[in-house]
Amino acid sequence: MAIVSGMHRISGAVLFLFIPLLLWLWQESLASPQSFAAFTAVVAQPLMKIVLLGLLWGYLHHLCAGIRHLALDLDFGTELAAARASSKVVLAVSIGLTLAAAVALW
Amino acid sequence: MVKREVVGAHYGLRDWLAQRVTAVVMAVYTVLLLVVLTSQPQLDYEHWKALWALPVMRYSTVLCLFSLLVHVWVGMRNIFMDYIKPTGLRLTLYAGVILALVWYGAWSVQILWNT
Repeated sequence: MAIVSGMHRISGAVLFLFIPLLLWLWQESLASPQSFAAFTAVVAQPLMKIVLLGLLWGYLHHLCAGIRHLALDLDFGTELAAARASSKVVLAVSIGLTLAAAVALW
Repeated sequence: MVKREVVGAHYGLRDWLAQRVTAVVMAVYTVLLLVVLTSQPQLDYEHWKALWALPVMRYSTVLCLFSLLVHVWVGMRNIFMDYIKPTGLRLTLYAGVILALVWYGAWSVQILWNT
């Protein structure tokens, strides 16, 4: 499915655009006990949780699609039927892991 | 007369390989980080801070982030090559991405060694 390939690009570009947010959160979590407390409050906000879970999904999708890409490079699963099946696995695994993380973190 | 092109792919194989090597580095780091984080007995500020001060955490994270910056550069440049046709705009975007990545790299080192 070409959609998985397109999503690989889109997720990569979106992740790039959100690097400053993630670096800022990481910085605040480490700078001081006060900023750590502020950090935990910020990431507990529903909107921020949704944004971070969206980014987690983007990361997991990009990771799974990347692993599939490496397998195709090594000539595993290059037949059309197998390639279509593995693209569905990429979608399912990344969404499943994101939902599992959402349940665990909420 | 030599026809000079300011854009064009003379670096295909090198970047193809770089994209894959950096991807593997980040994938391995991701798994190791997950193992480390889930094996912590607690993650209050003191433990969190001490964890990131460990040399192995600092240097493996720097390696992962350096891989990330190279990976982002190759990926974003490929996207711009495919969708942004005017040369001036494309080179401006390239410069913007490079500046951003250098900034993120310096910022990351500052975060990691800010103790």
